Amino acid sequence: MTEKNGADILVEALCDLGVDVVFGYPGGAVLPIYDALFQHPRIRHILVRHEQAATHAAEGYARATGKPGVVLVTSGPGATNAVTGITDALMDSIPMVVITGQVPTSLIGTDAFQEADTVGITRHCTKHNYLVKSPEQLGNIVHEAFHIATSGRPGPVVVDIPKDVQVASARYSKPGPIQHKTYRPALKADKAQVEQAVDMLAAAERPIFYTGGGVINSGPAASQILRELARITGAPVTSTLMGLGAFPASSDQWLGMLGMHGTYEANMAMNKADLIVCLGARFDDRVTGRLDAFSPESKKIHVDIDRSSVNKNVRVDLPVIADVGHVLEDMVRIWKSRQLKKPDFGDWWRRIEGWRQTQCLDFPEADDAIMPQRAIRALWEATKDKAPIISTEVGQHQMWAAQHFGFEAPNKWLTSGGLGTMGYGLPAAIGAQLGNPKALVIDIAGEASIQMNIQELATATQYRLPVKIFILNNEFMGMVRQWQELTYSSRYSESYSDSLPDFVKLAEAYGWKGIRIEKRDALEDGIAVMLAHEGPVMVDCRVAKLANCFPMIPSGAAHTEMLLQANEVSGTMDDEAKALV
Amino acid sequence: MHLKEETRERHTLAVIVDNEPGILARIAGMFTARGYNIESLTVTDISEDDLVSRITIVTSASPHVMEQIIAQLDRLIPVHKVIDLTVLGEHVERELALVKVVGRGEHRIEALRLADVYRARVVDATIESFVFEVTGGSEKIDKFVELMREVGLVEVARTGIVAISRGKDAA
Repeated sequence: MTEKNGADILVEALCDLGVDVVFGYPGGAVLPIYDALFQHPRIRHILVRHEQAATHAAEGYARATGKPGVVLVTSGPGATNAVTGITDALMDSIPMVVITGQVPTSLIGTDAFQEADTVGITRHCTKHNYLVKSPEQLGNIVHEAFHIATSGRPGPVVVDIPKDVQVASARYSKPGPIQHKTYRPALKADKAQVEQAVDMLAAAERPIFYTGGGVINSGPAASQILRELARITGAPVTSTLMGLGAFPASSDQWLGMLGMHGTYEANMAMNKADLIVCLGARFDDRVTGRLDAFSPESKKIHVDIDRSSVNKNVRVDLPVIADVGHVLEDMVRIWKSRQLKKPDFGDWWRRIEGWRQTQCLDFPEADDAIMPQRAIRALWEATKDKAPIISTEVGQHQMWAAQHFGFEAPNKWLTSGGLGTMGYGLPAAIGAQLGNPKALVIDIAGEASIQMNIQELATATQYRLPVKIFILNNEFMGMVRQWQELTYSSRYSESYSDSLPDFVKLAEAYGWKGIRIEKRDALEDGIAVMLAHEGPVMVDCRVAKLANCFPMIPSGAAHTEMLLQANEVSGTMDDEAKALV
Repeated sequence: MHLKEETRERHTLAVIVDNEPGILARIAGMFTARGYNIESLTVTDISEDDLVSRITIVTSASPHVMEQIIAQLDRLIPVHKVIDLTVLGEHVERELALVKVVGRGEHRIEALRLADVYRARVVDATIESFVFEVTGGSEKIDKFVELMREVGLVEVARTGIVAISRGKDAA
């Protein structure tokens, strides 16, 4: 076997792993790798305009395709710019492998040009990371990195490769299946535990399925089997932000999203349930509200592949540590083999119907201005038959999209849930479009968030990606302003979006089509123009400026203390509530 | 508003890890990142082939957080296993200290007398100083150091705790 240099080993290993797209940005410490890519046309390199965007694009690609996202950046600023996206992927359990260049081994620790301690900086925002010290190790490390990123609870893995290791030569052969010494994530659940889960479900009077991003990470089959379990048991289903799409919004059993901006019926059902079956979610603070008032009467089953998620925020009665798809399959099989009948949840559904009557997502229409909720609903009406992939930035528009857009299938909803990263949506849409060239991909954005990675307009132009951006422009960092109204007597400290660009001209400057929608009666037509255009379109949709996102559980409040309408908003909060995020 | 403190229990954990670069930073950093407390941490290679290390960590936390600490340690990729010696049952904890005492005359004699009581060995001596080596549980060492303060203590070096379960079985 002939030797080849580290850069070629890397590229060959990526090919062996089935990588076809890499998001990256060149620089001094990765020049050998870029030269190897030049000679291996099998891998398509997407040149972003900022390394943070490379990581979000890789996340969007991963979320929309189920395959790991791959990023290639240089040392120093290339690596530090990628840190936000790496952390985002860690929080949202997105499989991602980030290759970073590093200064040559002999210069490490000398404050060399573009040197940063990448493994040190990324140690706590990755699932795992490596500094490759010799080309002999490189092939195995890359294969192991993909194994770790994609198995168990997925997450980002950084592989830091010094420039001399990219140039030095060694032998490479594709390794067999990886048997890691210490890392062996559990896949199948203990049978007795699943039996017990089925017992609890069969005995429950007021059960609820509380599903999360884990169902989507487990693969499309998990979403299918979730639907089957819901069908045979007849229990209601709610989901976290990250889990939207695993269960169809059009189902009668769907209660909508739960949590801080979840629906009244979902949160009340969680509060009054006698059994919560948590499937691939993690009892995040945005979901639970005040912990001591969280679902006080229920038994709790928690299915999670990560043991550290169990009993972290909420004590549960039955933890099941395994892949949620396998557990769902086992539950359905056991339920059927015992020939259990569909329980009578009539009383429970009548109570839920009562909560539904609140019509908590209703909003007051304005005379002339476009209500942001109306804009989202119009977008959904116009696109729901096209199975669109929706990405978002972070803020009010994100919550309105989660509330008013109906998701029917997994892998269609890309949003930064855990970290809440403004600037996520546009690069994520680019990544999703690359993975699904024929799909309709729309970034629902705010006028503030979109500016955080606006430079990526050029990336979409360069690769002829017909991404659509739909900006709900209210001239405010709306969620910040909403909290200032709730907590700080409407003192709008720095939350006004001053000096906004002309988004239509900006779009045109980048070779996009730009559309402005200003009046209520122009909304549907504007959306139709956007959809009719084959190339990328940026829509500046001017919406009512002071609309707020309801329902809302204020920080430190219980599920039963939801604010439903703007007139319930108080002007101040005590220090304990202020201290909560 | 005042911040609340939770009641804590002290646990001794043995963490068996792959002996790879950065493992100590990974573990220590996880403790700081998640706001856990480290009272003592020792680490040394324990395998013939230099591939596996044993880290002994003494930490204190509420029972709920302790469960989290163990789960968070366990999910680090290079960690083979985490043993909670405190929960496992009886175990032996030992620490070694080197204690330098300076003095002449009566103080010097008293220092030697006390060292004898505590079974501390003299490992270095000059006309006006001793270095004592003492091993034992942390409380014994605390007490010895406290006594030495009275008779001319100038410097202390301690290893931190190492621990192992009692009985014939490996943990």
